[in-house]
Amino acid sequence: MIDQSRIRDIVAELGGYSGEPLRFMEICGTHTSSIFRHGIRDLLGNSIHLISGPGCPVCVTPAVYIDRALAWARRPGCVVLSFGDMMKVPGSEGESLGQAQGNGARVQIIYAPHEVLTMAGNSPETTFVVAAVGFETTIPSYALLVQEAGRLGLSNIRLLTALKRLIPALHFICRNETDISGYLAPGHVSAILGSEVYIPLAEKYHRPFTVAGFHGEQILVAIFDLMRQCRGKRAEVHNFYPEAVKAEGNLKAQAVIDSCFEPGVAAWRGLGSIEESGFYLKEELREFDGGSFGIEDTTPENPACRCAQVVVGRVAPDECPWFGSVCTPLNPKGPCMVSGEGSCGIWYRYRVPQGTALRR
Amino acid sequence: MKNERITLAHGSGGSATRDLIADLFASCFANPFLDRLEDAALLARPEGGVALTTDSYVITPLVFPGGDIGKLAVCGTVNDLWMMGAEPRFLTAGFIIEEGLDYAILDSVVKSMAREAAAQNVLVVTGDTKVVGALGSSGGQAAAGQTATGGLFINTCGLGSRVFQGVSAEKSLGREHLREGDAVLVSGVLGNHQACILSRRLGIENGIASDCAGLGGMVRALLREGVRVKLMRDITRGGLATVLNEIVRDDLGIRLEEREIPVDGEVEAFCGLLGLDLLYMANEGKFVCVVENRDVTRALAILHQNELGTRAAVVGHVTARNQGEPGVLLMTRLGGIRVVDVLYGEGLPRIC
Repeated sequence: MIDQSRIRDIVAELGGYSGEPLRFMEICGTHTSSIFRHGIRDLLGNSIHLISGPGCPVCVTPAVYIDRALAWARRPGCVVLSFGDMMKVPGSEGESLGQAQGNGARVQIIYAPHEVLTMAGNSPETTFVVAAVGFETTIPSYALLVQEAGRLGLSNIRLLTALKRLIPALHFICRNETDISGYLAPGHVSAILGSEVYIPLAEKYHRPFTVAGFHGEQILVAIFDLMRQCRGKRAEVHNFYPEAVKAEGNLKAQAVIDSCFEPGVAAWRGLGSIEESGFYLKEELREFDGGSFGIEDTTPENPACRCAQVVVGRVAPDECPWFGSVCTPLNPKGPCMVSGEGSCGIWYRYRVPQGTALRR
Repeated sequence: MKNERITLAHGSGGSATRDLIADLFASCFANPFLDRLEDAALLARPEGGVALTTDSYVITPLVFPGGDIGKLAVCGTVNDLWMMGAEPRFLTAGFIIEEGLDYAILDSVVKSMAREAAAQNVLVVTGDTKVVGALGSSGGQAAAGQTATGGLFINTCGLGSRVFQGVSAEKSLGREHLREGDAVLVSGVLGNHQACILSRRLGIENGIASDCAGLGGMVRALLREGVRVKLMRDITRGGLATVLNEIVRDDLGIRLEEREIPVDGEVEAFCGLLGLDLLYMANEGKFVCVVENRDVTRALAILHQNELGTRAAVVGHVTARNQGEPGVLLMTRLGGIRVVDVLYGEGLPRIC
């Protein structure tokens, strides 16, 4: 627990900051959500801006991936298993897994990947295709799933993967988005990868990285640290979430990932293809792959949808002409509005319009 | 029979059906109205007119810490009546059973339902049973290791008396009575039911139990003591956020104070772990009530005296609202402000 009087001091200092404008990117969607849930933007001075980064796995998944999942779902004898967030993301033709389900395709929501083991065991004649999307945090659970499926001799499980590696994407962002002053490093991914992985980034691009937990106080303290680093022209890696994040990370989880997956080029919606930024099943486990290779970000983006710019923080969600009018959480046009971790959905849900009387 | 599973024969209308009704339903729910086993129960008209409500109960797992689908089917429906200031009198009970259900589970659910009905002082006066082939409809929600067959669905309809101990709540409850400055109370800690059910489905071990309970004792005490209650809602599916969004008006909003919202530490940690927002978590034994501000101390004292209301708290107030502004705002623990909107889609664990 962080001392409340210290929090008050930090709030006062951040609120009163009026120096050189600072732009901090929170990489992780859960941080974005927490920032809004705790009203943290309200507490910052006009010169500190928070940019929501590409840390929502649903938001950076190209529409082509949805098309492949849809094809599986429509195939007789197949069931696609998906986390709830993916259900409403439209594919290239505008149809989502949720809508396809309504039209007779077989799609089921799961809460955890291991649920598929029971299903596959009970229905050997059905092929279960897991829509495996996520960052390093979720990847170990897919690795364990594949290992267990192999051990049980289940041949009716496939993983349609769109698994992402954070560090190559961060290199891409640091290279291209040079006006970002510092990075709020994610809590969960860092718990797996460790805090040391950010050191080469901090040194190469001369930007501070601060690992933060998810409570409002933890985020506030991390933003304060970034602000102080910037003011002192420092670019260090600080770990403000030591209870979950070790310098070297979770070696066991890393080993599990490496035993099943290998890096490869991956497409990110909005960023394009980035070398080594994806994880794919290794050669010897390819029998479990559901056609995950060669997915490109060929989404014929409607020019009005700005998701591609939103995920790198180039435009704020409410700068998109569709925001809140054509595109809402109930009728999302782009993935950033679909996901509970997506910037647009978070802004739509939590942002208090300017001039609201209840503010006072 | 005791070691058996329910089969389609139990729903055929023949001897198996007759035995099931006689051995289980009729004996557990026995009362003079039901005992006649006629096509409809004949009831005297309660004083002051009736309140009538219905709800269907679908939950996996069927039995969970703190309750089961049977207890839920009684509490959920009597609570809806209490929220209207009506005293529950009679229930109907419809059972849709998937073939394959363990007789022992059905037996324990029906007995629990009968126990709860007695505790809530309501009579189950008529009922129905159907057995269907496996629907598999609960498959997507089956707990780890469970299969999709052997489900059970219960519908209950509740009838209550609008005149309660001489106090007619009829004219005094409703959104139209809300005024700026009214206090918003919740009867206890939030989120326990959904946290419990999700834990069971995800195979997470913890000590969280459902809060499934009848709210009659607290409501009765508030009304009996003459607290100026403007409105009551039970905080079920969609959580506090959804309920409050339903009660605000175009000209009146609600402002919540996050630091006042009661929650168990274990539930709070569970929500944090899975990225769930406490304000959207379902409860089955909590209600929100809006009372006139001058009565707030008395209302809290009354709730605190009830064993279900020891953690009751004032969580916010009714405020003025201009056109186009959000209805429900929350002052966060850190001092920021955010909108509390309705739930879009389902509250799901995050995936990153």
